This record gives sequence, C-alpha cells and structure tokens, in this order.
Amino acid sequence: MTHTTDSTRTNLDTVCSVAGVSFKNPVVMASGTFGFGREYGRLYDVSRLGGISGKGVTLLPRPGNAGIRVYETPSGMLNSVGLENPGIRAFLEEECADWEKLDTVRIVNLGGGTVRDYAEGARMIDEDAQARAASGRKAVDMIELNISCPNVKEGGMAYGVKTCIAREVVREVRAATKLPLMVKLSPNAEDIADMAAMCEEEGAEAVSLINTLSGMKIDARRRRSVFENLYAGLSGPAIKPIALRMVHQVCKRVNIPVIGMGGVSGAEDLIEFIMAGAEAVQVGTYNFVNWQAGPDLVDGVERFMREEGIRSLSEIRGIL
Amino acid sequence: MSTIISNRRVAKGIYVMHAEGRFEAKRGQFFMVRGWEGYPLLARPLSVYDQDEYGVKFLYKVAGEGTQMLSRMSAGDSVTLLGPLGSGFPEARGRTALVGGGIGIAPLFYAAKHMEQADLYLGFSEEVYEEQEFRSLGHRLEIDCGGIVLDRVNFDDYDTIFVCGPEPMLRAAQMKSVMSSGRAAVYVSLENRMACGIGACLVCSVGCENGRKKACSDGPVFRAEEVVLA
Repeated sequence: MTHTTDSTRTNLDTVCSVAGVSFKNPVVMASGTFGFGREYGRLYDVSRLGGISGKGVTLLPRPGNAGIRVYETPSGMLNSVGLENPGIRAFLEEECADWEKLDTVRIVNLGGGTVRDYAEGARMIDEDAQARAASGRKAVDMIELNISCPNVKEGGMAYGVKTCIAREVVREVRAATKLPLMVKLSPNAEDIADMAAMCEEEGAEAVSLINTLSGMKIDARRRRSVFENLYAGLSGPAIKPIALRMVHQVCKRVNIPVIGMGGVSGAEDLIEFIMAGAEAVQVGTYNFVNWQAGPDLVDGVERFMREEGIRSLSEIRGIL
Repeated sequence: MSTIISNRRVAKGIYVMHAEGRFEAKRGQFFMVRGWEGYPLLARPLSVYDQDEYGVKFLYKVAGEGTQMLSRMSAGDSVTLLGPLGSGFPEARGRTALVGGGIGIAPLFYAAKHMEQADLYLGFSEEVYEEQEFRSLGHRLEIDCGGIVLDRVNFDDYDTIFVCGPEPMLRAAQMKSVMSSGRAAVYVSLENRMACGIGACLVCSVGCENGRKKACSDGPVFRAEEVVLA
C-alpha cells in the first residue's frame, strides 16, 4: 500500500530534530507495539513514518512472562509481555540488515537487568554501529534507554522510580556509547520532571515519555490476578491526559527535546503533545486499533496543519 | 471496510456472520475483526468458518463485549477485517480426523470442505449447532453433546489429526498423542488473546520446544508436541 506525501506539495514543514537526527515527521512508532517494523512493513511503507522504536532488546534473550499477557480495560489495555526479545546479538545480526534499508529514523530500545547489562548492551550496539559506519552503512540512529526494567538488586522495583538509582544506569550507558541517547521515562517515577532533569545532567540528548502506568486486574471469580506477574502496564487512550500533563511538566523543566507518548489515537491527540512541548510523538497501542495508524496519523497531521493554516510545527510547539 | 451480508444466531450465544470481500484464506487462518470505532480497543481474532464467492464467514461465540457488539450487527453494517492471517492448517496426509470442541469447531468446516476424506468429531457442552452444515460436507461425522469428544477418537486410526477447542481439550489431545503409537501427526489450533494479529506485539506468544513462537503469525496451528500449554 502506498500513499502520496502531501507535505511535498504544500510545503508543510513537519520535520523534527532530536539529538541532531532529523525525523521527516513527528510520527514515531513506540517500542513493543511495532516489532522491528517488518510485520507492519508488509501492510504499508514504513518509510512514511518519522521513525520507529524497535521492540526492547536486552543483553541476553528473554522469554518474557508466562500466562495471559493482555487484558482490555475501559479505553485501554494492560500488557505483561515481560520484555520477550531475541537478545542484542540476534537483533544486530538478524534485524539490522533490514534496518539499514529503512528510510526512517531507527531507534533501538535498550532494556537491562543490572547496570552492567545495560552498559554492556549499549557497548555492543555502539561497536556494531562503528563497524557498519566503517563500511559506510548505518542501521541504528539512536538508542532509547528503557529504565522501566525491574532492578533485581532493589527487590524488583523498576530503575525508573527513583532518580538516584536511574542516574547510575544513565551515566553508565552514556559512557558506553557515542550514539545519540534518549531515555524513556516511566510515569511511575517519584518525580518525572526530576528524572528528566537528571537525564539532561548526565548527558542524554533527549527523553521520551511516558512508558505504561503500572496497573492491575483481578479476576474476582477466581480470586486472583489475571497476570502471573501480578501487575501489568496500562496503555491506550485512558492514559493520555496523564501523559500529556507529564510531557508538559517535563518540557517546562528541561532544555533537551522531549518525545511525548501515551494514548495517541488520532492526529489531534498527537498535535496536543506538540503543543505541550514535544518535539515528536510516539504511537503504540493505537497500532492495534488501526493497523494503518502510521500513514493515517501522518496524513492527519498534515490535514490539521492545512486546516489551521500552520506551515511549520514549530509555530505550535510548546505554546502552552 | 467490509459489508455484512448476513449475521444470524444459530444457537444460544452463537452466531454466523457473512462479510463481503474477495479473500483467499487458507484453511485454519483467521481475521482480526472489529465492528466499532474506538472501544473496545482491540479487534477480535475470528477463524475462517467458510469462504465463498461473496465473502468470508465467521462462526463465533459471544464471549465478551466485542463479540457481543458483533452479534448485534445486521446486514448492511460495516466491519473492519484484517486478514487472512496466520499459517493455518498444514496439508493433511493419509487418514485424517478433525476434532472440534465448542466454538473450536469453527475452523474445521472450511478445513474439511476441500478434503477427500475427513472424519469429523464435534463436541458440544449443551446445545448442538451447525450440524446440518457439517453433515452436508458428506464426511463421516460424530457428534458428542455433554461428554468428552476426544474419547471417541482413536488416535492410532489416523495419520493426521487436527484439534481445535478450549485449552483443557488441547492438553488432553497432547496427552492422548503421547500415549498413542505415534502414527498420527497431531496438530492443535490455539485461541490465544491477541492485540496486533500480525506478529508485532508478542502478547499471544506461546512457549515452544525451540523457544517462543507467536500464536498469530507462527500459528495458530502448531504440532501438538511442540507447544507448552499452561
């Protein structure tokens, strides 16, 4: 399926820039909802997108969580996939050849168990990028650091809750790579604006937010949690107001670009995040609602701009 | 968008929807179906019950809000269909049995339709439905209501067995397969919850002998001995 790009006809400026990386438009697919782009790539041309953030990868392969992994809630869904992924080596060897050919910003989402895992993972990605660069190739434009992984040392609490604990991860990963670094923040953080400020201090070039909100579903008849992992991550339209507020707060606090996300289900939702100050916007759960979410949002943003007489997104970015 | 040709109730909580479109679904494949805008968020994975020159048919059970909404739709209404999806049933070799439990009979009709020989075993808990349709296929048909349909199948009589039904039935089929002589290649079709339907989100992932597989795109049909059922 192919679409024409209206922006070339009408001279709309939808370009976004994060850490020196240029996105052709603000529509970026969120990690965990888009695989590595291959599946949706069979349904439409993913080069229409501003970027994609791949399925989160960890140093070693992970089987993910057992039991039910998804449960719908009013205007949302809980997921408990548990970072199932093939590991960084398999990602670099099996997916990156395809990523080299993609004409969209390619973001590798990095998870980890220990600080060492994170740093080692970042180093592997960095070394791979250097090796490809030596032969004029490129597969990864940016690292998105997922600090919502459970910290085994701290009793399983996510790294992204306490700023002082997250700082160690950001610092070590920053030291391990020269690739542009974006840190994906959790709404479960004690203070998400503090967390963002810490990322800026530690040298991250951008932050993205929000990851899923920790939630729960009990099967009342069976008197137990639906999820084997007890809690699960809430996403979808239900979380959008919270996400928007947090993006606004973070944009007021830091000077690095912010990629906003949380419950975007249409072009106007996406525009709201830009107005709250986001440079670009990620889209996750909406892919499951509308498999053409990507092209529909790209078209929708351009339509909105034409209807509102907006030539460049910079005219409306952070106006609140 | 696809227009509904008909949507009729065939038993308590059981419906057959016929939706317009030219599809080339293989047996055992499914579609992600939604008949609403925003909520419920996710589409519903429904097996291909039948396919003709007008469109595709789904035999489905009202299990929650989504299927409830589908059941209330009428001819002329629109549904969104993504598919056909999944790998479907492999080619059957030799003597073949198709065993369905409850709404798990859905993919077996189209699967049996183009087979020269297929023995059909259909199990129902309370009410028998679509019997005439299955009978019209002209295959040997055994129907069980209230019992355990798998008990009627001697696995050693067959070379290929397809099983679709609730998870306890699939586990029982695995067990029977292990206890049998091993003549039959036994396949199970899973009904995992899905979100994307195309292999991108991993919420339907299933444990297999060689690691995880995706029920939607690697399956929903797997060799019985390959999958780990919880």
